[in-house]
Amino acid sequence: MSSGEPLLEIRDLDVAFGGLKAVNGLNIQVYEGEIVSVIGPNGAGKTTLFNAISAMVPVTAGDILFEGSSLLGLDPNQVTSRGIARTFQNVRLFTNMTILENVMVAQHCRTKRGAWGALFYTRAFRSEEAEIRAWGEKVLGFFGSRLVGFRLNQPASVLSYANRRRLEIARAMATRPKLLLLDEPVAGMNPVESAELTRLIGRLRDEWGFAIVFIEHDMSVVRDVSDRVIVLNHGELLTEGLYADVSMDPRVIEAYLGQDTIIEDAITS
Amino acid sequence: MRQGWAPRRTGAPRTGVDQFLTVLRVFAVGLVLIGLAAFIAQEINTDNAFARWANPDATGLTGAQFRGLVVSGIAQGAMYGLIALGYSMVYGVLGFINFAHGEVFMMGAMTGMITSNKLADAGLWESNFIGSLIFIVIVSMIVCTLVAVIMERVAYRPLRGSPRLIPLITSIGVSFFIQNASIVLLGPAAKAYPDVPDWVKDKHTFIQIEGSRILVVVVAAVSMGVLWYLVEHTKGGKAMRAVAEDAEIAALMGINVNRTIVKVFAVGGAMAGLAGILWGILFRSVIHTTGFLPGIKAFSAAVVGGIGHLGGAMAGGLSIGVAESVGPLLILEPLGVSGVSQLRDAVAFAVLIGVLLLRPAGIFGERLPAEDRT
Amino acid sequence: MTATLPPETGAAGASAEPPLAASRPALAQDWRRLVRMGAVGAVAQVFIALSNMPVRLDERVIVKPVLSLGYLTLLIVPFAAGHRVGHQIKREGMPQHAAGAHEVAGGAACGAVAGGGLSLLAVLLANFDLREPLVNWSPMLAELLAFGNATRFAVVIWLLIGAAVGALGGGLRLLGPRTRRAVVTMALAVGGAAVLEPLVVDLAEGMRLEALTDRLYARRGGINWTSALGLAAGSGILAVLGRGRIQQARAHIAELEGAQRTRTNGLLILATAAVLIVLPLFAGKLTNELLANVGLFVLLALGLNVVVGLAGILDLGYVAFFAVGSYSAAVLTAATSPRINPELPWLVALIVVVIITGLVGLFIGAPVIRMRGDYLAIVTLGFGEIIRLIFLSDWLSGWFGGSQGITKIPGAGIFGLTSVAGTDPRRVFYLVLAFCAIAIYVSWRLERSRLGRAWMAVREDETVAEAMGINTVNVKLLAFVVGAILGSFSGAIFANKVGSVFPSSFLILVSMVILVVVIFGGMGSIIGVIAGAALLIGVLGGPKQPGLLQEFSEFKLLIYGALLVWMMLARPEGLIPSARRTRELHQEEFLQDAWLRGEVDTDDGNGAEPEATERS
Repeated sequence: MSSGEPLLEIRDLDVAFGGLKAVNGLNIQVYEGEIVSVIGPNGAGKTTLFNAISAMVPVTAGDILFEGSSLLGLDPNQVTSRGIARTFQNVRLFTNMTILENVMVAQHCRTKRGAWGALFYTRAFRSEEAEIRAWGEKVLGFFGSRLVGFRLNQPASVLSYANRRRLEIARAMATRPKLLLLDEPVAGMNPVESAELTRLIGRLRDEWGFAIVFIEHDMSVVRDVSDRVIVLNHGELLTEGLYADVSMDPRVIEAYLGQDTIIEDAITS
Repeated sequence: MRQGWAPRRTGAPRTGVDQFLTVLRVFAVGLVLIGLAAFIAQEINTDNAFARWANPDATGLTGAQFRGLVVSGIAQGAMYGLIALGYSMVYGVLGFINFAHGEVFMMGAMTGMITSNKLADAGLWESNFIGSLIFIVIVSMIVCTLVAVIMERVAYRPLRGSPRLIPLITSIGVSFFIQNASIVLLGPAAKAYPDVPDWVKDKHTFIQIEGSRILVVVVAAVSMGVLWYLVEHTKGGKAMRAVAEDAEIAALMGINVNRTIVKVFAVGGAMAGLAGILWGILFRSVIHTTGFLPGIKAFSAAVVGGIGHLGGAMAGGLSIGVAESVGPLLILEPLGVSGVSQLRDAVAFAVLIGVLLLRPAGIFGERLPAEDRT
Repeated sequence: MTATLPPETGAAGASAEPPLAASRPALAQDWRRLVRMGAVGAVAQVFIALSNMPVRLDERVIVKPVLSLGYLTLLIVPFAAGHRVGHQIKREGMPQHAAGAHEVAGGAACGAVAGGGLSLLAVLLANFDLREPLVNWSPMLAELLAFGNATRFAVVIWLLIGAAVGALGGGLRLLGPRTRRAVVTMALAVGGAAVLEPLVVDLAEGMRLEALTDRLYARRGGINWTSALGLAAGSGILAVLGRGRIQQARAHIAELEGAQRTRTNGLLILATAAVLIVLPLFAGKLTNELLANVGLFVLLALGLNVVVGLAGILDLGYVAFFAVGSYSAAVLTAATSPRINPELPWLVALIVVVIITGLVGLFIGAPVIRMRGDYLAIVTLGFGEIIRLIFLSDWLSGWFGGSQGITKIPGAGIFGLTSVAGTDPRRVFYLVLAFCAIAIYVSWRLERSRLGRAWMAVREDETVAEAMGINTVNVKLLAFVVGAILGSFSGAIFANKVGSVFPSSFLILVSMVILVVVIFGGMGSIIGVIAGAALLIGVLGGPKQPGLLQEFSEFKLLIYGALLVWMMLARPEGLIPSARRTRELHQEEFLQDAWLRGEVDTDDGNGAEPEATERS
């Protein structure tokens, strides 16, 4: 575990929808170069946590600090330009844009040529376009040959399910973030694919230097790649620590296997 | 803290647009308040300094004038409310603005005009006014129901499930078509209703209201009550509410979604037909553009009341009606704007814009299908 | 209906299909469908007859002395109905049976039912007087329906005509695709020549080719029937000879790569520009006036296209920017403007106009831009109306002249070289052309930039676009302002072309017409928008501007409305769609095609392939 200033610090976070508290008094720190997984039964507030960090739901109380400054009151696009990018539980690509365009558009907040550059076709505009394209191809190349070559100019709608998930990660990478939030990155993949993606998550940290927080239900992925596991239950932090410790924690076992949760799971899933 | 509003705290940078909007909100509210204050000042004493400053030529209103404006606003507002029901129900169920609903209303007024003139030719209009009125209401409601149902079948049903702006554009086309069909079939000139009996024109009761306005408000209130009963307490009404909540689930629960949607259009059409007759009673003249402005205002009423909400539509209609009726004289005139009565339509639109700026979900909150709540 | 069979059965079914079943017997019709379609046709016939179209358009002759536009409007319905009823059920793109007597008989029956509507109308016309509500319930209509004979004749003749025309419509299905294309080309050539008559005559006069047009057209309008035959034969031969050439050329251009593609496109653009620059020199006043009007609407439509087509914001009050552009140009240049009259030179005024309209765009845009798409549409409509009401009101009549408007606006001076006024439509056209070029360039460049991609993303999924770091409010607002500025160009030209501005020139109607043009042409497609404006404004006319078919002026709005509905139902991507719009609107079909081409991606399952490439 790294020390010093945390990259992301969540302090006493409350998120409430009407009377329902989806996240309740949560305290989390994520350090640079860390891979943190967030687990918990359905309805534990995992996705709400992500939505709160990326400013897609309003925060009721508490604070979210990124690199020491608060993210509260920012719009989602400002959060992204601060350096936090995310994927979605139900893949949300721009399906009618090409694969290359999907990663090019994600660099919007990292580039700045506006209407004038485009109209006068300035040198700065052209070199920036070339840069955007190059970075996009580089990001796509991370996933092997699946998303490049003749696929570059095909609309995202032709992609298979697993490749859509990969493209979504590529799109998040293209925003040049410091922290990646992946919402169930291997959901719906077969064991071979999820094993490969698990390795890729490791490489994302090692080669690209991202800190990564991901939500996952697949315990083998969690075990293989996370430095630290955070367990949420009913919007509260149940425990956190190494996978080995957490998985043996009786409270975690109870949260997953406990009477009421089994019934809840049966209803919600 | 209200739901759906991001909390504004800790000196976070807001974008320029937000700051501009805040200025705009403050400006709008300020304008209304100053106008009102000037009006009140002027009512207390036409010669006080504040009123003079605001508008040197201000005269203020007499009590009777003010009452007249409010009553005519309420009568028109009740009519808007009836039209608004159609907008609100269709938006609630299908999630798109049926732009052509105003034209259904216009067809109602036209049907009423044709039928009542025929009745007047036969001498029935004068001899049995109430009977003829009921007759033209029934004919007009039938015609408008048919028009609305055909419209749904021809133009909107094939588009179910397409991107949401597509049916809106289609409905604009339908509206255009109906308006111009009315020109080519019935001619471009304004056409008059036959003369009404004296008791409709005369002023009644101690506050001197014209009979036609009492009639309009009573009819609107009664039909509103009937509709409320239908939607809240019958099986068909429950089906409508279920489809509005989630069409797919409703279909799985054994509700015939298509038939329910047809019913929604039919009920909306019938209400528009009724409103058309009320228009005829109030203004006694109809032209192909009759549907346009009342249509837009009725939609505004639906939004103001909170779309998908029946009582809200009526309340919104009344507020829009009263606002456009008294607003110009109450707020604009004291501020020194001349020729204010020309601006009543502008005031109606301004109310819509203002409500969407200050409270986008309307007074009573929206009831929308799940996927439209973004 | 698109076939949505799963691939396996599709492939198996295709191979097991019998070659092609023989044509069905003539009487084995789907009678319910046939009668339903015929009845719809009959209603349409009666509607058209009562709308006065036949009587009104009877004066416009198409082929002398056989066919007038009036009768054509009555014939088109049974033809379409007859054609449509013969619609074959296709599976996997293969017709289930050969076309034959079945189609002709069905078409005839359906056409007869449709024609029966007019028979019924003829009887009603003779026996009842409904002139009270229906203004066109006239003896003139009865006479036209009966060709001057008794009512009995009308009853029989319309059944027969309906059957004959319907049979023709159904018979069109018998023709092979090649012959059918030739027939359609012939019909288009004759129809086009008739519609373009004023234009052709005007141009021929300019090029001293009156001899040609005198042969082609009859003295009182319409094509001579001999020339019509010749034209049909000529175009038919051309169609047969040139079959597929155009498509080949287009496919060829589409396959070109990089620099070659750019060069071809450049050449095409240059050629078009050359024609547009040279053409007006030979054209008379009428043609130039028409071209200038079309150009003005192209300019407006291109502006709206940025807002609607690129950013996906449905702005129904676009006329507001046209109005603001016109009024500010009028106030800045006219000496007669009531309050301030700086009498600026036009080009200087234009800069101020652009700034003013841009600010108005910001002012209107800022409050509406966060609203849901459909609320935004209604609110912009409201703003459009408010702006007009303000110009109209007595309140500001000291500035804008109220209902009197501003008159005696001088022509647009260009660097003191020339002055462009409505009296010389040729110069107006050149001015409009220059601004159209600017507008085209702007939309073309912006679409292919960082901003264009952001617009695309916003159009597809605003929430995700926001989460991917796009400031959606700002980019949408920018689209709004760009649209406003492009609209102000046409406003400024309009004011100085017409020489006066009145509030009545800026009805919401104008917004709607521009919207129809954009949607008809194809949202987001520059060429489509231009073609849409040329076809609609050029042929039918704008809200106040006459088109080539001047006789249509009282029906054009009706047709616009019908066209908008039909377009949304049948071809929402427009006449010449942009590839992307087509994908958005027909995603399922697109995916099916991609599947047929073997381009749809499947999961690799073992995850082995990328590992290998990553190591290299």
